[in-house]
Amino acid sequence: MNNEFWSTMFVFVLASFIGLGVIRKVSRLLHTPLMSLTNAISAIAVVGAILITGGDYPLRIRILGAIALFASMTNIVSGFLITDRMLKMFKTDTQGKR
Amino acid sequence: MLYGLSQLSYIVASALFIFALHWMNTPATARKGVYAGVAATTIAVLVTWAEPSVIHHFWIIGAIALGFAVGIPLSRVPLTAVPQRTALSHAFGGIAAGLVGTAEYYLRLSEGPEWLTPFRMTALIAEVLLGYLTFTGSIMAAGKLQEVKWVPQRPVTYPGQNVVNGLLFLATIVLAVLIARDPAAAWAPFVFPVIVFLSLLFGVLLIIPIGGADMPTVIAILNSYAGLSAVAMGFVLDSKLLITAGALDGSSGLILAIIMCKAMNRSFTNVLFGAFGQVQQAKAGGETKEYKSETAEGAAQVLEQSSFVVIIPGYGMAVAQAQHKVRELYDQLKKRGITVKFAIHPVAGRMPGHMNVLLAEADIPYTDLVEMDDINHDMPQADVALVVGANDVVNPAAHTDKSSPIYGMPIIEADKARTIFAIKRSKNPGFAGIDNELYFSDRTWMLFGDAKAVIGDLVKELSGGSGMH
Repeated sequence: MNNEFWSTMFVFVLASFIGLGVIRKVSRLLHTPLMSLTNAISAIAVVGAILITGGDYPLRIRILGAIALFASMTNIVSGFLITDRMLKMFKTDTQGKR
Repeated sequence: MLYGLSQLSYIVASALFIFALHWMNTPATARKGVYAGVAATTIAVLVTWAEPSVIHHFWIIGAIALGFAVGIPLSRVPLTAVPQRTALSHAFGGIAAGLVGTAEYYLRLSEGPEWLTPFRMTALIAEVLLGYLTFTGSIMAAGKLQEVKWVPQRPVTYPGQNVVNGLLFLATIVLAVLIARDPAAAWAPFVFPVIVFLSLLFGVLLIIPIGGADMPTVIAILNSYAGLSAVAMGFVLDSKLLITAGALDGSSGLILAIIMCKAMNRSFTNVLFGAFGQVQQAKAGGETKEYKSETAEGAAQVLEQSSFVVIIPGYGMAVAQAQHKVRELYDQLKKRGITVKFAIHPVAGRMPGHMNVLLAEADIPYTDLVEMDDINHDMPQADVALVVGANDVVNPAAHTDKSSPIYGMPIIEADKARTIFAIKRSKNPGFAGIDNELYFSDRTWMLFGDAKAVIGDLVKELSGGSGMH
């Protein structure tokens, strides 16, 4: 296990604690948009797909990457859009259109 | 210099993701969270795309375009379909991780197997395992939620099921260990697809014994797995951004799953492996119990006389798309100076927070949506509890009947209200497959019918009769 491994491990542990801390405070009202938002965030896996699809690699490898890229991109687009759509609806009494 | 710039951009993106989730702590700032997330993703995509190793740009553009083509319609589904859409998106996340892991493996095998150190190989197997099982598991979950015909709603169990699943899992682990120790062995490229196949199978087997009612927890867990598969990808590709974003998603799913389990008073393992849903044995010698039913007219009169009404929405409201009619009822009651609150049980609906979103869509101010613990305090003062398509979450058997499958689950104490009206489509038991004790209380009247129609009638009575008192 070299230095890189330990520093990434460190980051993982820190990120997990940050995640737990930040998520615990999310309003219960917003758990549904939270799920669609975190799903869009985890679609950051798209960067791995970009490297595979765009690299100078054999065709069948790049095809796998392209499918992964398409899947991640779908999550990004639909995830952020639907989260925003849901969040737009939460209004208080004074803002609600009557 | 270029490397420094790209690393800096990834740090900025990670920070933006953290801010995004931080801003979700109240509806007032929540939308900023979406913008931060979009900004972070855009930065990461552009920086990665600009890497010198990336040369096949048309492919990338094509895949991105397809992503938009499918993603945009997917974001427009009706809000009642959000649980299924969420499950489907977990499937996409899983397959992306699985495919990237698979591609990496075969790529490195031909171009430099030394790169596949035991650690990287372990991370890669984890990525593939988690990715593919999340893929099939989420598709099953989406099928159960959408009530697709070939996906059984009721848990599918058979004797020794947990043993079979356990053995399969063990077999997968053994193969994984073997291949991690010697990724370039002659047999390795043939064992890898076996691991993929077992992961896909495992996803199906894991979800199939879980009933539709437990889907809120299952979706949360799958959310977490999708995040963990991204973390694994981060370890393989040495990307701290992936690890951070994946850890954020992973912890989110985990926390939501824990909240769901606590709300049902069941443990994780019980939900995943406990095949809930055995039909409750009828107690010997039980007399057939009597429902009392009421008309919309009668119910409207009682509502009119009250000063504090609690409305308890459930999955039935979502199915009947009754949230807008509920809003009309809310308006009618508020016009008369009646205090109206909505009691939201954590597992009402088919995913965490589902009811909140449906009611928000109907323009009900979120300040009138009350958590279960808070509303239970006030239930004895409620003149009327109106149960709209909720069932297990208001069943007092959870408190009183030790033999009930839902015993111990925290409920909304509708039975403490002065009068209870329960709207129900039919006399059939709900997802738990058991009778609801609430319906037989002497302060409860049933309003049979489709939620939308019944509430529509209530609204008509209230608006029509207002001049006649």
